[in-house]
Order: sequence, then structure tokens, then C-alpha cells
Amino acid sequence: MPGSLEKMIKKTDYRECRPLTEKLAVEARNVVKAFGAGETAVRALDDVSVGIRQGEFFTLLGPSGCGKTTLLRLIAGFEMPTDGLILLDGQDITYLPPNKRPVNTVFQSYALFPHLTVAQNVAFGLEMLGKPKAEVKATTERMLALVKLEALAGRKTSQLSGGQQQRVALARALAPQPKVLLLDEPLSALDLKLRKEMQIELKRLQTETGITFVFVTHDQEEALTMSDRIGVMSAGKLQQVGSPRDIYTRPVNRFVASFIGETNFIPARREGNGLRLGEGHVIPLPAGMSPPEGRALTLTVRPEQVRLCDGAEPEALPATVASLVYFGTDTHCHMVLKDGTEMVARLQSPADGLSGLEQGQTVSFRFAPGAVQVLED
Amino acid sequence: MASRAELERDKASDRAGWLLSSPALLILAVAAIGPLFIMLVYSFLIPGEYGNVEWGFSTDAWTGILFTRDVFDDTLRLEDAHLTILWRSVKLSLLTTVFAFLVGFPTAWFIATRPPKARALWLFLITIPFWTNLLIRTFAINEIIRAEGLLNTVLLWAGLIQKPLEIIYTDFAVFLGMTYVYLPLMVLPLFASIDRFDMRLLEAGYDLYASRWQVLRRIIVPVVKPGIVAGSILVFVPALGAYVTPRILGGGKQMMIGNFIELQFGQGRNWPLGASLSVTLLIIVTAALLVYVRFANRERGHG
Repeated sequence: MPGSLEKMIKKTDYRECRPLTEKLAVEARNVVKAFGAGETAVRALDDVSVGIRQGEFFTLLGPSGCGKTTLLRLIAGFEMPTDGLILLDGQDITYLPPNKRPVNTVFQSYALFPHLTVAQNVAFGLEMLGKPKAEVKATTERMLALVKLEALAGRKTSQLSGGQQQRVALARALAPQPKVLLLDEPLSALDLKLRKEMQIELKRLQTETGITFVFVTHDQEEALTMSDRIGVMSAGKLQQVGSPRDIYTRPVNRFVASFIGETNFIPARREGNGLRLGEGHVIPLPAGMSPPEGRALTLTVRPEQVRLCDGAEPEALPATVASLVYFGTDTHCHMVLKDGTEMVARLQSPADGLSGLEQGQTVSFRFAPGAVQVLED
Repeated sequence: MASRAELERDKASDRAGWLLSSPALLILAVAAIGPLFIMLVYSFLIPGEYGNVEWGFSTDAWTGILFTRDVFDDTLRLEDAHLTILWRSVKLSLLTTVFAFLVGFPTAWFIATRPPKARALWLFLITIPFWTNLLIRTFAINEIIRAEGLLNTVLLWAGLIQKPLEIIYTDFAVFLGMTYVYLPLMVLPLFASIDRFDMRLLEAGYDLYASRWQVLRRIIVPVVKPGIVAGSILVFVPALGAYVTPRILGGGKQMMIGNFIELQFGQGRNWPLGASLSVTLLIIVTAALLVYVRFANRERGHG
């Protein structure tokens, strides 16, 4: 009964998001993009449908080759889909060339014009739109101020650092006030410290301008910290769309659960009102879930939701400590259950860093309420 | 502060530097500056009866470039024939440069956008004409465009024309021949420049609302300009001094500076005029180069 599996996955909950209009800025409808033809054709996008709301910071997250950049390029107009529609503000723009779309891109390589100055780069889009000179000048200055590059307006782009080039690319793409700003892994070329700064900067720009951002990244932390909503992609398909909290706490499948953060996968089977973990213990069925009986299931529990407890507690399960790994802020406790199922608990390290546990010791643990998720696959 | 010993050492290394570069300097002096100097001296001498020069100062060779002295009253008149030759040389060289660019740019773009393997093949094909003597290639063009040549025969046979087109021995024939001969010199530097061009800039341009034409004019051309300048110099300079092509395709009538100079050293028996014309050619070329360099520098420097 596959239908009941779908039912048990709770529908996306947006209470955590800041209020957004329900109006869609961009919509992809059943988009297919195949490269090559015939037998060797590769489906970079396989029937992807997604709606991106006006004014939201939407992130497409996935490993390289998952199709996230292809989807971005379809929205930008650099590629045409093999099948399906791309809509902007409800208008079909599927076959509109990129220079006719009120959409701008921040490229991974920045693609700044080497023969132009910083200010000329920023002014380029406005000039191509045929804006009057005074307006071009005023907007360019405003944009340079927005990214804090007024002092470098007359420089050649080759004389700038990576972070500064990034800001120019942002200002250049924002200057024509696009309806949607597309960002193709814009932070991947920056070092860690600069990347953190730019993450905050990007979020600030998005809030200040109110422009819809579609951000592509393979960095899960970047996605979690910056986005209003995330679309997780793999193998040309959209796996899950939801707020960062949804994606992290209620992953719908094994891919999403393992791609974002660390997690425990536990084979399980439903037995009446309980779930048998592997061949061993039975835990009560989590509230609101009713997976089919007799089918192999996978449970996922984040390591930080696995708690050590007193063996006398009702839901306590016994296990043996296999190894302990000290990470500073926390200690990972690898445990083995009596049927051989492995489990990791992330324990907060005490002040002296000593967890008081020993290898081979028998401990009791339980899952935090609501932490157990049943996966589709 | 440099000590005395350090200063001595610097001087010694300076001396060693001069000594080491002396072979190159010697070759430069003997092979480049020397002959130029001889030309300059000859241009101020008096022509000998049977060629060669007679020692005696005269500026006749210099006035003779543009003027002719009246046999009866010794007044100077503008020499139309010479002006025509100079004008034709500059005009045909410029036309050749422009046309070689118009044909060479799409060619270079095509080659630069092929996959690496195919690119090597195309570049190889471009260089094939260099394997054959210029004279033979020019005669081949002659064979195609002459009155009973390939082109006219085919057009007559197809009934497209009633009588042979008069192409050979015209300015157009010279222009056609020079464009053919110098085209590779335009394509190669253009290719080198386009090959380095970051194709992602095209997407950035389209993304920022530029049309195809605007992308070409505002992005591609300015970025590959060093290649355009280099190619234009490589075509314009040898075209201006061309000798074989105008000789064979222009007949005796459509002379360019190169032929005119040769004439002075040959049948004309006016070596000083030949020398002054050669120096004039050098000055035109240098002036053209200076304009280019100034142009290229200003673009790089500005903003």
C-alpha cells in the first residue's frame, strides 16, 4: 500500500518561515531536460515541478551533477527544456531568450567583463535596457554603495580580490532590478571566512531588496543557514521541498536524510503498535505514523536525538559502547545493539571533556520524543 | 645604501651584460640599422647615368616623390602618377586589412569554438598555403581570374555572363590576391585572442539584456581587440610593401609602392628616388604602428 506511506509523511509546515506571499515568482512545470539523443541521452532533469514564491530565498541543494544548475540555466534562459514549462509571474517564458527575461544571474565564475571598470560592469545591464544616462549613473552608485564598493568604482575588475569580484557580480546582477536573481554556487570560490561573511551579506541584500533569490549550492550548511525554503535534488529529480527545519527534521527519503547532516539509519518492521528495530527491541510507534505492516522500513534518527538514560526508564534500550570519538563540543558515542544494529549518539561534552563512558560498557539510551522518522525507502 | 663593493659589482655585471648581448647588437647593426642608413644616405645623392649613385648632395630624390620639375622653367608640379601609386598602395592595403578582418574574424571564431582535436586540424589547414611559394599561389589566382581562366570559363559555360569579366590587371585583382595571401596572418592572431576569450562572458552579456549584436560590439570585440590589432598590423604592413601580387595580378599598370621602388632600382636607374621611396614607406608603416600602439594603450589605460 504505497498510498499510506505518502500519507504518513507530514505535509510541509511553513509556520517557521517568515510571512511570504503565496504568489509564485517562478514555476517549473514537469520540466524535462535531456542532453544528447537516443540511447545515450542523459536526463539532467526528470519531470521536475517546483514553485518559488515571491520574495523568498529559495535554495536548490544537491551533489554535483544532480541537475540543480541545469534548472537554474533553464530559468535564466541559457537552455531550453526538452519538455515542460517555465513560468515567471504566471507568464510562460519557456522559450524566451535570456536577454528578454527580467531575470539576472550571478555566475559561479563571476564572468565579469574584463575590459570594463567596476562601475561600467554594474551599469552594463541598465545601459542595455536603454535607461537614461542619469538613471544609469544613480542606480550604479546606489548598487555600489549597497555592496560597499564605492571606493573601487573606477578599478578594472582584474585588480580586485575574489570577494570584491563577487560583490561586483552581485551589484551587476541586482542593478537592473530583476524579478528573480539566480545565484549559481556564487560562494564556492571563496575561502571559508569570506564565505561566511558573504552568506550574511547575501541574506542582508535579499532582505533589503526584497528580490526573489534562487540560490544553487552543494553546501548543506549554506542552504540551512540562508534559505527560506530548500529544494533538495538528486539524480535529476526534486527529492523534497521545505523549510530548512522540515528538511532536517522530517526528511522524506534516505537521500535527503543522509545528504543533510549526519543520521542513523535503522532497519525496522511494524509489529502491531510497535516498531521492531532490526531483529531486536520493539519501540512504540511514533505518534501520527502508520506504516504498513510486514514491510521492511528504514527509520532515521539524528545522533543528537539519541539520549543516554537510566535503564529503568520505560523506553530505555540497552546497548554496548563500541567506540567514543571526541569532537570538542560533543562526543560521538558509537553503540551496538544486541542484534548487531549500530547507532551513533551525539552527546554534549561536559566541562572537563570526559564523557565518563568506556568502550565495552553497557549503556541505556532512548530516542527524543518525535525524533524517529520513517522513510519511504 | 649600496657599498662601494656593491657598486663595483653592479658595474661589472653591467659590462658583462653588454658583452653577452654584443652578438645580437652586432647583427642588428649590420643587418637592420646599417642597410637603413645606407638607404638614407643614398636618398640624398645624385642618380648615376647607368644606375648606382654619384657622390654629391641633392634633395631631388625627396622632392621627386611627390613633385616633378618642369623641363623648361624648372618649376615644381605635383606628379599625378606618383600620387596615384601612393594612394593606391594605402587604399588597397587598408581595403585588404578590413576585408581580411571581415572574413578572418568569423573564420577564427569558428576554429576557436571547435573541439580541441578539430581545432588543431583547422589550424593546420589554415597554415597549408604557407608551404607553397607566394609566386606560385599568386599565379594560381591569376589562372582563376584571367580572361580565359577558370572563373570566366565556368560563368560563360553556365550562361551567367556573355563575355569574360575583366578582373585581371585591375585594382580589384590586386586586392583579391592580397586578401587571399595575407588572410592567414589575420586569422592566426585573431584565433589566439578568441581562444583565450571566456565564452561565459557571452551568457553574462545575454543575461544583462544585450542583444547578439550588442554582445558582439560591446563585449567580444573590445575583449579580443589585441588580436584584432595584431592581425591588422600583420596584414597592413606587408600589404603596403607588396611586390609580387601587384606585379602579377595588377600587370604593369596597377603599380604599388613596392613595384615603384623596384622600378627605380631597375629600368628607372634612379637609385636615390628608390631609396627615398623606401624610407617613405618605412615612415608610413612606422606612423601606422604608432597610431595602433597609441590606440591600444589608451584603451588599456583608460578607466
